[in-house]
Amino acid sequence: MSLKRKDLLSLAPLSVDEITLVLETADSFKEVTGREIKKVPALRGKTVVNLFFEPSTRTRTSFELAAKRLSADVINFSPSSSSVVKGETLLDTARNIEAMQADIIVLRHSSAGAAETLARGVKSSVINAGDGWHEHPTQALLDLYTIRERGLGFEGLRVAIVGDVAHSRVARSNIYALTKLGAKVRLVGPPTMMPWGVEQLGVKVYSNMDEGLRGVNVIMMLRLQLERQGRALFPTIREYARLYGLTAERVKLADAGAIVMHPGPINRGVEIAPDVADSLSSVILDQVANGVAVRMGILYLMSGAG
Amino acid sequence: MARRFFYVHSVVSSVVSLRRIMTTKQGVMKERADEKLVMDAGDIARALTRIAHEILEHNKGVNNLALVGIRTGGVHLAHRLVKRIQSIEGVHVPIGELDITLYRDDLALRKNQPVLRKTSVPFDLTGKVVVLVDDVLFTGRTIRAAMDSLMDLGRPGEIQLAVVVDRGHRQLPIKATYIGKNLPTSREEKVQVLLEENGEDDRVVIAKP
Repeated sequence: MSLKRKDLLSLAPLSVDEITLVLETADSFKEVTGREIKKVPALRGKTVVNLFFEPSTRTRTSFELAAKRLSADVINFSPSSSSVVKGETLLDTARNIEAMQADIIVLRHSSAGAAETLARGVKSSVINAGDGWHEHPTQALLDLYTIRERGLGFEGLRVAIVGDVAHSRVARSNIYALTKLGAKVRLVGPPTMMPWGVEQLGVKVYSNMDEGLRGVNVIMMLRLQLERQGRALFPTIREYARLYGLTAERVKLADAGAIVMHPGPINRGVEIAPDVADSLSSVILDQVANGVAVRMGILYLMSGAG
Repeated sequence: MARRFFYVHSVVSSVVSLRRIMTTKQGVMKERADEKLVMDAGDIARALTRIAHEILEHNKGVNNLALVGIRTGGVHLAHRLVKRIQSIEGVHVPIGELDITLYRDDLALRKNQPVLRKTSVPFDLTGKVVVLVDDVLFTGRTIRAAMDSLMDLGRPGEIQLAVVVDRGHRQLPIKATYIGKNLPTSREEKVQVLLEENGEDDRVVIAKP
């Protein structure tokens, strides 16, 4: 079994076997990240380019660390310091990077489909590190890894994804992957933040948070994008926090062994109460730690000479 | 290096008939059509027992000793050696399992990356006498990768090498410390150490093309 793909753009086309392969490969790298010398020579001589058109600390650092621990050379490209401000198109920027013999391009972009466009235009492998409201496949894979690490099986697993689902690429990737693996996914949030017709993806929608959380094994909180306030999605942050903020009281509605996840960065006191974020059921920092191992696995699998 | 991922599935169907031959002939194995038998179960068992004694003699006991098997065949063999050492000296020496995939020298040349298995060395290697265990010693490239991998895990005091078969054709200046059998082969032949742990009868064969 191997990942016979040039690019990782979306989780929608991935088979269960391919997802399982990524998670099992990440297991091997989790062991590497626990060593004193956290570096292996697997990607020696390969070049990984982080092409980030949107601000990101976590994902970029995670990819950078993953590539470095595989002994690849890493270049970070961000628009403010590049020719993009001079009017160069995405594809031209990428072709220039490709001309410098980049093997893998990691792209973060504000437009949905940017990674796909890029993948069609260049021979390098492209990994989607978030494209607009579309997908963020590596985040979902590290979420799956964290769930599995906690000993939870996916078949029949009840997962509530809470918050601004409509504008969340993290939610979309997780919905594709979790439903594929047999989990029962609930989406919880105000109707203004639910994509129209999302039930077609095989999920159940709840506008009442207490009902949505009842009996779930995993609570996946989404970041409230505060910059969206004033676009008639929610009246005030206080009201949102009261209706859809995760408090210790609400965690009690879930299954006794339920875990709390968040892709970060968290808004303490808005979508998640500080005591919940720091509680034993919170796996938020495990997600960050696992992110490096999962991305090492993805880079390794995508680095075939083909 | 391909031998590590090479399994002969076609012989599985003949296992039943072979078992019959084995029981009637009291351990004298008859050769199958597609392979030349080099060592039978008894030969392997005796070689491992001898190697266990040699390891103890060479290192004057079990002090500071640790065994590390190279996946997958070497891991099974390392476990067998640990059992023998325990029955001789009464001590269970530390054992580790090494996946050398990330240290292979042909990773950059491959179209698809090989499946990774887990490395597990649950003890501190620093200062230890580490006996690497593998099934077949051929080009020496696997052992080079294994040694580099060990060095990243700690600083062993000494590394030794135990193999069931040394078939020659080295491409690197590497030599085994303990050898079950020296087997002259041509470069094209495929030597396989088949083990019970993988659902085979214990034997070493040269697969006929």
